Amino acid sequence: MLFSSERISKDASDGYKVRLSIKTALGDQAYLWDEKEMFLFRSTMAYAMRGQLNQQFDVSNIIVCEETARVSFWFVVTSPLNTSNLVDKKSVEEAVRKHRNRINSAFLLTDETLEFEGIPRTLEAPFTPDTPPWLIVFGVVMGAVVAGIIVFIGFSVVQKKRKKNKKTPEDEDSEEEESRGKTMENGAANEGVYNMSFTDEERFTRI
Amino acid sequence: MRFVLANPGLDNRIPSYKDLERTEEEAGDRPKWDNKAQYILTCVGFCIGIGNVWRFPYLCQSHGGGAFIILYLILLVLEGMPLLLLEFAIGQRLRKGSVGVWRSINPYLTGIGIGSMLVSLLIGLYYNTLIAWIMWYLFNSFQNPLPWSQCPLNDNGTGFVPECQRSSTMDYYFYRVTLNSSTSIAESGGIHWPIVVCLLAAWTVICICYIRGISTSGKAVYVTAILPYIVLTIFLIRGLTLKGALSGIIYLFTPDINELTKPTTWLDAGAQVFYAFSLAWGGLISFSSYNPIHNNCMQDAMILTAITGFTSIFSAVVTYTVIGFRATENYDSCISDNILTLLNAFDLPEDSITTSNYEAAFHHLNSSNPDIVFGLGIKPCDMQKLLSEGVEGTGLAFIVFTEAIMEMPGSPAWSVLFFVMLFCLGISTLFGNIEGVVVPLKDLKMLPKKWPQEAITGVTCFIAFIISLLFAQHSGIYWVTLFDNFAGSVPLLTIGFFEMIAVVYIYGIDRFNEDMKFMIGYKPSIFWQVSWRFTSPLVVLVILVFYLVTQSQEELTYLVWDPKSDQFPSLASVPYPSWINLIIFILAGIPSLTVPAYALCRLVFVYFKKTNN
Repeated sequence: MLFSSERISKDASDGYKVRLSIKTALGDQAYLWDEKEMFLFRSTMAYAMRGQLNQQFDVSNIIVCEETARVSFWFVVTSPLNTSNLVDKKSVEEAVRKHRNRINSAFLLTDETLEFEGIPRTLEAPFTPDTPPWLIVFGVVMGAVVAGIIVFIGFSVVQKKRKKNKKTPEDEDSEEEESRGKTMENGAANEGVYNMSFTDEERFTRI
Repeated sequence: MRFVLANPGLDNRIPSYKDLERTEEEAGDRPKWDNKAQYILTCVGFCIGIGNVWRFPYLCQSHGGGAFIILYLILLVLEGMPLLLLEFAIGQRLRKGSVGVWRSINPYLTGIGIGSMLVSLLIGLYYNTLIAWIMWYLFNSFQNPLPWSQCPLNDNGTGFVPECQRSSTMDYYFYRVTLNSSTSIAESGGIHWPIVVCLLAAWTVICICYIRGISTSGKAVYVTAILPYIVLTIFLIRGLTLKGALSGIIYLFTPDINELTKPTTWLDAGAQVFYAFSLAWGGLISFSSYNPIHNNCMQDAMILTAITGFTSIFSAVVTYTVIGFRATENYDSCISDNILTLLNAFDLPEDSITTSNYEAAFHHLNSSNPDIVFGLGIKPCDMQKLLSEGVEGTGLAFIVFTEAIMEMPGSPAWSVLFFVMLFCLGISTLFGNIEGVVVPLKDLKMLPKKWPQEAITGVTCFIAFIISLLFAQHSGIYWVTLFDNFAGSVPLLTIGFFEMIAVVYIYGIDRFNEDMKFMIGYKPSIFWQVSWRFTSPLVVLVILVFYLVTQSQEELTYLVWDPKSDQFPSLASVPYPSWINLIIFILAGIPSLTVPAYALCRLVFVYFKKTNN
């Protein structure tokens, strides 16, 4: 390492803190975090930086320090052209975001379990289908209901017409009774027997 | 008590026993039930409504669990059952809808029927809005993932919309996506068209189910009354296998005897019994008038009481298995979040803190580094608090239950089942509701007689749809709550009280007993006599007086969804604007006062007619 860890502190303006939660992600199949995995991380970051800045980044350009048992550490990236300069945070962030998927899959982790503190996740927009599905269901229900209403009304109209054709030779009395029975099915049709209940009634209706 | 008010001409207005026997033999033109099962199912569907699922469990749990259930069952028998039999018997005897029955007993009492009709109308308006919301959720359940499981992204795609982030996906979906609620009842904010569409769907479904009166609705109840029980059983089996279900049930039934000493517990129990039976809506009288004259209405009343009691407890158990499951899930994730925060802050290895040693580890870290721990802002995870969250009303169905369903595997199927059940519960109550509106309209001759039943139903549904667009505004949810609190409470109690006084003291309890003997073959026992004359009217009067007293003492406030308030994401409590008093008078005062108002007006009218003659 060309730099002592003094140059890298918690307030380093060009470094990022990384946190891994391997046991949470993989459970029984969690691997142990050792220096081989750290080497993989450094080479993956070098790969991402190569893709971002088109310069020949190497494993030695990724400097790591303050490793903890949590599995978290800080890292900074040095420029391959002049190793005493650090690559700015913005480029590192863009590199990470562009290659997030590849970095995650190298470690079998996800955005939540491999955290780069300070680099927000690019969230997937919630899936919205072209026709909202509720409109389809609504259309089916309304179609069935309206069809039902038309059927009912049509049925009663046809029935009434049949009654009219049947009753022309018959009496007035039986005609009234029948039509009252068939078309006014829920009527307050008590006039015939209990007319006296309404003699007292005034014609006004109050609400 | 032999006290009966003078009631001249009663025998001329009501059918005599001979007339009744005669019409029984003739094929009448009054609609009839196809069979007894249809009648019982219609009444069961009418009584068992959404309130059984989302009101009773909350009352049960908050008023001392097992103790409240005993109290509820006692009041069910003492207060509800006598009133129920009264409505059944009077409808079956006088063979008219609610306006016709009271007009037959005494024309001055027509106000009771009109009051019932107004109450049914007002309740029907907001009740169908609830059904419209349920239909919205039902339509949206046919997709995976469910739309209330995700927050939409904000503009630059880096995070979620803050309103959703700060509350929860279910809250956001209900208050913003479904209702687009404004921040106060005064801000109408325009019409929210998804609700209009769902209201249209709800009113057309009710229209087609009731299009020929009980001949169509009587067939529909075979599905709408039975399906909820099937779904409840399925949910019970599913619920009992979920983790944490038992903690919910224990929480529900834990008895607290001290609650029985509080008057509000008795008040709530009595009111709940009254509303559970849909008394004073007029629908039960109407339904009973289609029965054969010798139908055993006493048996029906007892059967219905038993079914109502059983269903209330059954649905409470199911509800609380799901609530227990949700609370346990939330508790577990709360603990996991806290563990993660601690691990990250102190850079400890992942397995060092688990759920079992969390408490010990937390104390250890807190004692060694209290300032760091304090700076983390760790929220304590309280199981009791989680169990008591949002477990009533719309909050239960649209927020708590939808959250629990999201956690179950195969969530769209469970969501569809749940909302179909709520839909059936609601619509079967609405059948009785619309019966209580349409039949009085016909009795009062407000609609042309030549119109067929289909036209009457269609016009009523259309007008009701137009009026219910009031609830499609952005402030719609506040209007629904207003209607629920005022139209569905005081008027019912007053009308129920007047009903009992009218039958016992104006129609005459002796005549009523004779009628019962004629219809079912024996005179009702001493239990019924005492209940009709003393117990039930007294209970209803006490509840009414207490209710009025407590309401007038409190300042009128309501809960709003306001992202800018301090208590967000909890609902903020704000006072009503002053013009709301006029609305409350229209909702609660006018239906209650129609009884004396009509009697007075009729008195005046008859007096003027006499002086003119």
